[in-house]
Amino acid sequence: MKRFLGFVRKEFLHIFRDPLTMIIIFGIPAVQILLFGFVVSTDLKETKVAFLDLSKDEITRTLSGKICSSGFFELGADLTGYHEAEHVLRKNKIKAVIVFEKDFGRRLISDGTASVHIIADGSEPNMATLITSHISAIIADYNRELAGAGLQQVLLVQPEVRMFYNPTLKGQFMFVPGVITLIMLLICALMTSITITREKEFGTMEVLLVSPLRPAQIILGKVLPYFILSFVDVILILLLSWFVFELPVKGSLALLLAELMLYILMSLSLGILISTVAKNMQQAIFISLVGMMLPTVLLSGFIIPVESMPMPYQWVSKILPPAYFITIIKNIMIKGTGFLYVWKETLFLLVFTLAAIGLSIRNFKIRLQ
Amino acid sequence: MTSREPVITVQNLVKRFGSFVANDNLNFEVYAGEIFGFLGANGAGKTTALRILSGLSAPTSGKVMVAGVDAGRNPERIKRNIGYMCQRFSLYEDLTVTENITLYGGIYGMKRNEIRGKTAALLERLQFGAYGNTLISALPLGLRQKLAFAVAVLHQPKIVFLDEPTGGVDPITRRQFWEMIYETAAGGITVFVTTHYMDEAEYCDRVSIMSEGKIVALDTPAALKKQYGVSSVEEVFVKIARPGQQLIP
Repeated sequence: MKRFLGFVRKEFLHIFRDPLTMIIIFGIPAVQILLFGFVVSTDLKETKVAFLDLSKDEITRTLSGKICSSGFFELGADLTGYHEAEHVLRKNKIKAVIVFEKDFGRRLISDGTASVHIIADGSEPNMATLITSHISAIIADYNRELAGAGLQQVLLVQPEVRMFYNPTLKGQFMFVPGVITLIMLLICALMTSITITREKEFGTMEVLLVSPLRPAQIILGKVLPYFILSFVDVILILLLSWFVFELPVKGSLALLLAELMLYILMSLSLGILISTVAKNMQQAIFISLVGMMLPTVLLSGFIIPVESMPMPYQWVSKILPPAYFITIIKNIMIKGTGFLYVWKETLFLLVFTLAAIGLSIRNFKIRLQ
Repeated sequence: MTSREPVITVQNLVKRFGSFVANDNLNFEVYAGEIFGFLGANGAGKTTALRILSGLSAPTSGKVMVAGVDAGRNPERIKRNIGYMCQRFSLYEDLTVTENITLYGGIYGMKRNEIRGKTAALLERLQFGAYGNTLISALPLGLRQKLAFAVAVLHQPKIVFLDEPTGGVDPITRRQFWEMIYETAAGGITVFVTTHYMDEAEYCDRVSIMSEGKIVALDTPAALKKQYGVSSVEEVFVKIARPGQQLIP
């Protein structure tokens, strides 16, 4: 045991003395969380819209007032004709133009119907959908008000949409679980595969293998510090998202931490597996980045929802452990569900972990022959 | 210090990789306290044999006893009794001299006090006193190699394996390195060394020369020179160790 601890201590020294490793372990997670949280935010917040009011009556003024005071939108410009609409959208500051037809108010009262156009900037499809749905909702709301006041005879059936679990549609709810999934894979798989192949490349692995340390002890000793540090990392990320984005863990914290440990273990065993295959550090980095990080970012549902991918990609995502983990962590963190709702995904992760460990033991033995 | 008591006994050692025979029926003994030179051209099978002797690889057949332990059956037990230093550098560059010594001492199960005492003695003997807290990466290659050797014998093994220990080192440091080897052998540790420098082969008590997986010569340098009627081990080596040379007219 004492031999082992001495060895683990050495591994910590390697980590703490290498500025690059320290940045990857502690700098990148913090930066990513803040970056995704603030910059890549998909929330509507004081988005600039322009109005082309061809009617200029009381009703259109009330409606524009409602839209601008909703908190989602802000008056960007008042247009005088259609020709200006394209111009302001091109300038990129204004994301949508709302057009009230001529005699909007009079028609609404006399005919019971009037039309309003929403022209959104389709070059950012997600944003455009979000904007149109928000504006439609505000208009529908006003519709109902009118109906209530008895101004409209026909009471239209209005759908009322409510977002469960994330009522204000906060973007961070999406990104925090995704970043945790990605970062853990990065630190555990990439860093362990690098640290083990480094020993191979520098020839120190031979010396260790000739020593009384058993191969299993060597691998465990190399992996243990990363296990501990990634766990510390996860806790830091959770604290950060709690205090900065007010995103608490809704479900059981113990369950979340247990699932995290399983996921870390899986990533570590993947890292070991990569190190038994890779001949040098470049190969290890390449396999980790192209073989794991890329599919995780693109296909695990981190940025693009799995349901909106073409079928072949969906099949690929079915065998990606991070995709399962994102489901688990979202369920626990955001929906607050218990183990009963995530046991299938957990089982998959467990099977995958055991397979990776089994394979790396086999590979390691072959290499020793 | 050489006695006739064998610490390594190899009988009919064969190692095959598929159809390729890397070690073809090796038979030799290494005696306690001697400096045994293990020569051969690249690809002659030296490294394979060295890996088997140090318990890293299992023999296909034959009997290998190292420090009284059967290498084929009990490779883990060999490891406590041997030291190992390979041609590639074996210390950690981002650790200090003291940290490296402590690490290897710890791996070999030495007690903390023992390591501390040894470290002080070692630093003094190598005149390294000022370097205790220096990172290895800041040391010149010669010093590193000497330190690596000292670390390899820190736990007083019965045998130390040196795999081309002086590759890339300047002549003066090589000379000092061999003085360390003599001291170590005089202290009762058997030294098993592979090298490409034929002048170093002259310093060995006995040398064996491998060619195409077989040991083709094994004796004292003086006896080999006499047998082949030449004046240096280098000439002996060129005469017998270059496979296929006879085919060239």
